Amino acid sequence: MDILDILRAALQQALGPQAIVFALAAIGLNIHFGYTGLLNFGQAGFVAVGAYGLAVSVVTFGAPFWLGITMAIVAPLVLAVILGVPTLRLRADYLAIVTIAAAEVLRFVFGSVEMKDTFGGSNGLNGYAGPFQDANPYSSGIDLGFISFGRNDLWSLTVGWVLVALCCLLVWALMRSPWGRVLRSIREDEDAVRSLGKNVFAYKMQALALGGVIGGLGGMFLALKQASVVPSDYSTLMTFYAFAALLLGGAGRVMGPVIGSVLFWFLIAGLGSFFSQSAGKGGWIPTVIMTDTQASVIRYIMLGLAIMLLMIFRPQGIIGDRREIAIDGR
Amino acid sequence: MDADMTDQTSTETNAVASKTGPAGLVGASTEPGSKKSDPIIVADKITRTFGGLTAVDVDHVEIQRGAITALIGPNGAGKTTFFNLLTGFDQPNTGSWSLEGKSLKGVAPYKVARLGMVRTFQLTKVLAKLTVIENMRLGATGQKGERFWAAPFKFLWGKQEDEVTKKADDLLARFLLDKKREDFAGSLSGGQRKLLEMARALMVDPEVVMLDEPMAGVNPALKQSLLGHVKSLRDEGRTVLFVEHDMDMVRDISDWVIVMAQGKIVAEGTADSVMADQRVIDAYLGAHHDTDLSELDEEVLEAEVEAELEGDIVQEEDSK
Repeated sequence: MDILDILRAALQQALGPQAIVFALAAIGLNIHFGYTGLLNFGQAGFVAVGAYGLAVSVVTFGAPFWLGITMAIVAPLVLAVILGVPTLRLRADYLAIVTIAAAEVLRFVFGSVEMKDTFGGSNGLNGYAGPFQDANPYSSGIDLGFISFGRNDLWSLTVGWVLVALCCLLVWALMRSPWGRVLRSIREDEDAVRSLGKNVFAYKMQALALGGVIGGLGGMFLALKQASVVPSDYSTLMTFYAFAALLLGGAGRVMGPVIGSVLFWFLIAGLGSFFSQSAGKGGWIPTVIMTDTQASVIRYIMLGLAIMLLMIFRPQGIIGDRREIAIDGR
Repeated sequence: MDADMTDQTSTETNAVASKTGPAGLVGASTEPGSKKSDPIIVADKITRTFGGLTAVDVDHVEIQRGAITALIGPNGAGKTTFFNLLTGFDQPNTGSWSLEGKSLKGVAPYKVARLGMVRTFQLTKVLAKLTVIENMRLGATGQKGERFWAAPFKFLWGKQEDEVTKKADDLLARFLLDKKREDFAGSLSGGQRKLLEMARALMVDPEVVMLDEPMAGVNPALKQSLLGHVKSLRDEGRTVLFVEHDMDMVRDISDWVIVMAQGKIVAEGTADSVMADQRVIDAYLGAHHDTDLSELDEEVLEAEVEAELEGDIVQEEDSK
């Protein structure tokens, strides 16, 4: 077993594009759930709409690249308004039901045969990311000895982490303001906020839209990085991974989702590498106990276990404050 | 309507000078739904039904500006429902009501608050995971930093935030909560939460303060200071309407008392005249309400329970 190899795989993933996409999705969820108390179970829908907003406008409608980027921001905004108007006046559970359904509907529509001409069916869309790749200022990749990234990856990672940093900065600036105070108060008790003369519905809508747009940026980044969008990327699994990352890091904290996402992918890749080395030929775990194929999925079981233990012993996440956690299991 | 004034021995000549405030109540009729000299809230034909139950059925009521009005009545009389209706947290089936002549029909609760009518809740609603000072700051109105586009830029709202904080600190000191400033509101005791909620409501600078059972669960010493606060609200020219079961408090501070039973207003008047009213004694107070002996508490309670049971029976018969 090569511990260095495990660490290398884990670090590569923890700093890689997946961590960026889920960090952005989780930053959005943090605004929804961590600060405002909105239960959005359809963040994957916002991410998908961001990605497709870019791809569809460039590939299907032949719009210029910059307009595609604009659409990647506008589309989640529109989705937030459509979902929010009927549901934000209702109790939090209804938003959860509507958002999870909406995200699934979107995924099926994007992948449907009937809409193949617009959304590209299950093969998705590609051929829109040229301007992004052309803008790459790096002439070569980077080799840090321990981990290395190719030229294209280096460019995407630069853009991605800058995007994450900007979003964190925005969230920090907003949440220290009176606006953020109103959001956190809505999380605690809507009626109290109403009784003090604040338009709760408008604030919830702003929060839903902002979190949705940041999730959409995650989709836009994924679309740029992969140079293709495929509907199967945006399943409910994406939402729940984002939630896992958020809870891991700490909801209601600016850096919580980022730390959570990095750690989440570090664990996923690290555990994956550990078990694939340990099981099968040459591994120390006999095949009677674990086969090769089992080794590739056992990490998800371990991760689920880790999140359960986290919820029991440290419900505030890694950097949360126990006195002001958004959820309390007990 | 001045006819039944003869029994009001406390009529003083100098009090007639003003129409506003408690002085303006001198000479007001004690019939349910009587006219006031300077009403700030007027409600007409308000009904609210839950299924087959008529929770509120108020024909006409006026609340005097600048005075402390108590709303009393047995459990289930519809006091809190009436509060909810007035503040927009619930909408009545029929009726109209107004604040300073402006109709509040169909107006959202947050707009009612902005118009100057702010309420507290029977079950306190403090924002548990915010600090006491943040709870207070939330109450301030017209904050520039509460607008999305201005929020990220501290130089736009920093100065106003300082002013808000100063006002909040003054109020906290008045309500003896300044030592709890940085604590999470969730760590406060029940009585302290009542205080915080009242102080927070005052951050709005309300014209009318509506308190739903401000004394429930508050210890005697704190009660005294709360009484003082409520009186000082009146001295500042604000109108206070409160629901309360503590008759000592009602007697002590209210300028006017409105009695509700089974959704209707059954009596009005000064605390003394209302408490002498046989209907009120029967429906709510019980025969021993004036005897200040603790061993009689049980009897009072029994009488209350009995009255309530009778009320239920009457209601059942009505619905048949």
